[in-house]
Amino acid sequence: MCRLFSITSKEPLSPMVAIRALDVMKEGHDGSGVGLFMTDLGGDFEQFRGGPILSGIFSNTGIKALDRYMMDMDFMTKYKLSFRPTKRPPTGTPRRDNYLIRVYEYPPDWENLPEAEVQRRLMMCRLQLREMGEKDGSMMVFSFWPDVIMIKEVGDPMTVADYLGLNRRELQARTILAQGRQNTNYAIDIYACHPFFIQGMATMTNGENTAFLPIREFLMSRKEPGYVGYQSDSEVFTHILHYTYRHLNLDLETYKHILTPLKDGELANHPNGPWLRMLKQSCRPLIIDGPNCVMGCLPDKTLFMLQDSKKLRPGVVGGNPGMFAFSSEMCGLDAAIPARDKSRDFQPMKYDTVFVGPERQEVGRWNQMDSLSRLH
Amino acid sequence: MEPDGQLKPSSLSTKDLPWQVLWSKEKCSLCGRCTAVCPVQAIEPGVHRKRVLQVPLGLTEKPGNIFGVYHGIRQRTDVAHACIGCGMCDMVCPNHAIMPIHNDEPDKLRFHINQGGIPRRRGGRRNARESLLDSIKFVRISMLTDPALDAGRHEFELRTLLGRILPPEEALRVTREGGWLPPVREIYPLILGSMSFGALSPTMWEGLQMGVAYLNEELGMPVRFATGEGGCPPRLLRSRFLKYIILQIASGYFGWDEIIHALPEMKEDPCAIEIKYGQGAKPGDGGLLMWYKVNKLIAAIRGVPTGVNLPSPPTHQTKYSIEEAVAKMIQSMSMAWGFRVPVYPKISATSTALAVLNNLTRNPYAAALSMDGEDGGTGAAYNISMDHMGHPIAGIVRDAYLNLVKIGKQNEIPIFAGGGVGKNGNLAANAAALIMLGASGVQAGKYIMQASAGCLGSEADRCNICNIGLCPKGITSQDPRLYRRLDPEKVAERLVEVVVSFDTELKKIVAPLGRSTSLPIGMSDALGISDRDAAERLGIRYVL
Ligand code: SF4
Ligand code: SF4
Repeated sequence: MCRLFSITSKEPLSPMVAIRALDVMKEGHDGSGVGLFMTDLGGDFEQFRGGPILSGIFSNTGIKALDRYMMDMDFMTKYKLSFRPTKRPPTGTPRRDNYLIRVYEYPPDWENLPEAEVQRRLMMCRLQLREMGEKDGSMMVFSFWPDVIMIKEVGDPMTVADYLGLNRRELQARTILAQGRQNTNYAIDIYACHPFFIQGMATMTNGENTAFLPIREFLMSRKEPGYVGYQSDSEVFTHILHYTYRHLNLDLETYKHILTPLKDGELANHPNGPWLRMLKQSCRPLIIDGPNCVMGCLPDKTLFMLQDSKKLRPGVVGGNPGMFAFSSEMCGLDAAIPARDKSRDFQPMKYDTVFVGPERQEVGRWNQMDSLSRLH
Repeated sequence: MEPDGQLKPSSLSTKDLPWQVLWSKEKCSLCGRCTAVCPVQAIEPGVHRKRVLQVPLGLTEKPGNIFGVYHGIRQRTDVAHACIGCGMCDMVCPNHAIMPIHNDEPDKLRFHINQGGIPRRRGGRRNARESLLDSIKFVRISMLTDPALDAGRHEFELRTLLGRILPPEEALRVTREGGWLPPVREIYPLILGSMSFGALSPTMWEGLQMGVAYLNEELGMPVRFATGEGGCPPRLLRSRFLKYIILQIASGYFGWDEIIHALPEMKEDPCAIEIKYGQGAKPGDGGLLMWYKVNKLIAAIRGVPTGVNLPSPPTHQTKYSIEEAVAKMIQSMSMAWGFRVPVYPKISATSTALAVLNNLTRNPYAAALSMDGEDGGTGAAYNISMDHMGHPIAGIVRDAYLNLVKIGKQNEIPIFAGGGVGKNGNLAANAAALIMLGASGVQAGKYIMQASAGCLGSEADRCNICNIGLCPKGITSQDPRLYRRLDPEKVAERLVEVVVSFDTELKKIVAPLGRSTSLPIGMSDALGISDRDAAERLGIRYVL
C-alpha cells in the first residue's frame, strides 16, 4: 500500500518536510517511486507566479527537441532549475540526463486569449511534449502550469531526494503533495507515479481501484484530450475531479458524491435526494470501487482527503492554524507536525470529505448525509 | 411392423427413437399410472406372449413348452407417439419400474417428424449443450493490495438501471431548467422472462407473480418480471403489483386492447414497456400460440376467439421500416403513459444489431436495448428456427457495448442480454460474464422455469411439448387437469429461493474481484477464457 502525505503551510516549506514524513512511513512503500506536487511556490519561483512552469525529465536529445518545440511555440524561458546529477544514481533509480523545472513566458500572441483557452493550450502543449517523448523516452513531462512543480522518480523517497538535492534553497512551496509508491500490479513506469496532474489539479491515492477499466473507458470517451495516460489506475481520480469541475461545473462536495454515491435507501431520505440520484445515475460509470484513500489539491490550493465507500484505507488530518497535514498514517503526521492538539486530529470515515482551504485556518468537513451546501 | 408384414418408410423400431422406455416386469405392479400420466401416449398396456420351456428330470417325460401371456407396458413406435423422455412415467411409478433412456446414437425419428408435410414444431430450447458463457472465467482476483471483499458480510449494491440515462452535462442542464428527465428504473440485474400469459399456465403465472411480489416487498429486491406477448390479467393491471411488471407489446398486439382499456384505472405505472421485434429462439418469426392452448381465459385476455392458432407476424406490420417502427412505437408507448415509463425494443441477437443500436442512440426516447441470443427458449416454434437461426449472445453484447463506448454512450442506453443465461445451470456465472462484457442486466426464462417449477426440458431434447398444451408439469398448459399439478405457492417459494441464491452467487463472484459499490458493467479486465480466438473476439484475457 502506498504512503501519502500532503501539507499546507502559511510559510513556504522545503519538500524535504514531506519526504521525511514519507520516510517515517517507510514500511509502506517499496522504493518503486516517489512523486511530488508543489504549488503556492516560495523560494526562487515566487516571483514568477504567472508564468507556466514545465516539470519533467529530459535526455540530452530531449532537451533539444523541447527547445525547438518551445521556440516554435514562441515561449521564452524566464528561469530554470535543472539538476544534472553527477553522482551515480542509487540502486533502482535509472540514470537520467536532466531533471528540469523551467519557467516560461507566454507567447505574446496568447496575451489576449480568454483564460480557458490559455489553460487548454497549456494542457495541449504538455500532451504534445509527452507524446513526442514517449516514442524514444527522451522526454517525460509531468506538468506545465503556472505555480506548479512536479518531480517524479523511481527509488526510495529519501535516497532520491538526497540524490537530487531536493533540500536546495530555491525549492520551496506552501502546499505539497507527496507519495511513496508501492508498486502493485502494474509495471514500474514513472508515469504511474502519483500525484497525477491536470490543469491545476492533482490527486494521489493509495489502494486499488477495481472499477478502473470501465471508468477509464468512460473518461476516454468524453472527448477531452487530457484524459490519457492511465499507467496507473489511480489517474482516473484526478480526471474525475477535473471532469467534475471543468465539464460539470460542480465542486469538491459533489466529487465525493460522484466517486462514492449514497445507496438508494440513503438517497431516499437525503434532502437533496432527487438531485443526487440524477447525479448518481448519469455518472454511474465513475463510481469507484476497491480500497482507496484519495488526497488532492484544487487550483485554489485547497487540500482535501476522502475515502472509499467502505473506508478500507487509513488517513488522518491534523495541525494548527497556519499549517495542516494529511497523512495516510498517523506517524507521518506526527513527524511533520508533532506540536499540535492531537485531540483535534480527524480521520475521515466513509461519508466524509475533509479539506483545508487556502487560508489554512481550520479543517473543513462535509458529510455526505448532510444537505449540499451549494444548490446546483 | 405392420401385421401384413409391410414396412413403411416411417416404420420405426424403438431403437430408432430418441428415447427408449425401459420397463421391468419384475418390479411392475401393473398399477397403470405410467400409461395414464404419459403426455403423448408413448406407452400403452400390452399383452405379451411368452414361451416357457419345460424340461422335466429323468428320461420318461420329453421336454416340452407352454405358451403363456403376461401383461405389461409396450412402447409405441409411430411418429406421433414417440416417447419424449419426459420421465413422468418414472416419477409416478411406485416401484421405479420404468424409465426413459436416451438413445446412444442419433435417432431416426428426426427424419420422419414431418408427417403430413408439417415440419416439427416444439417448445424448449436449442438442444445444444455447449456454452461459451460457461467457459468464461473470472480471473482478476483481488489479492494483497485490494483485499477481496467478504460476500457474506460486506454491503453490496447490485442494482442496475433501466431507462435512458442522460449524459451528466445534459442531466444537470435539464434538471436546472426543469426539463424532462427520461424515466429510469433502478432494478435488480436479473429480469425474469419474457414469458407470456398464454404460453404459461395460470398457476405458473400466479406463482411467479407471487414470488416477485415477495422479493420486492419482503426482501427489498427490485426484481422485475417481463410478460411475453399476450397481455396481462386484468386484475394485475389494476393492482399495485403492476410496477414490478414489464409489459411486452409484440407484432400480434395480443392483449393490448385490455391493457389500453385498463390505463385509466391503473394505480401504478408498469416498470417498463418492452417492444418485441424478435426473440432469440426463433428470430424473424412471430409468436406462435397454438390452438390447443387458446381457452376461454386466454382468448378473453388476448381478445380473440377460442381454439384458434395465434401466429403473430414476424414484424410489426403497420410500420414501413424497422427504424420507423421503433421510433413510432417507442413514441406512442411513451405517450400512452405520459412519458413516465421507459420503453425499449427487444430484438433477436443478430449481426445487424449494431444498426439498431445506432438508431436507438439517436432516439432520445429509447430506454434500452434488449437482445436475445440463439440459446433463448420459447413456448412454440419451428424446430428449424430454434436449432439453426440466431446469433450467439456474448459477441453481440460485447460489440454493442464497445460500440457505445466508442461514441461515449455506454451509460446512456443500457443493454439487456438474454438467451441461454444459465442454460447449463450456471445462472450467476453466465449473468456476471455478460455484465462484465457490457450488459446492464440479463433476462432469464428457461432457468426460472426449471428451477422454480421443475420444467423437464434439457439440452438433450427432453420433453419440449410446451406448444401443444400437454405440459406434464402444468407449466405451459391451459388444461386445468394439468395445471392443477402445479401449486402456485410452491412456485413462488422456489422463485424466491432461486433469486436469493443467485444473489449470493453473484456476490461470491464480485467480492473476490473487489467490486461492491456498483454493478461491474463492462469490467472486462476481470474476464479470461482459454480459447485464443474467443479471447481476441471478446477483447478479454487469454488464459491457460
Ligand atoms: S418418458 Fe414421458 S413420454 Fe416417455 S413413456 Fe414416460 S411418460 Fe411417456
Ligand atoms: S415440462 Fe412443460 S414446460 Fe418443460 S419442456 Fe416439458 S412441456 Fe415444456
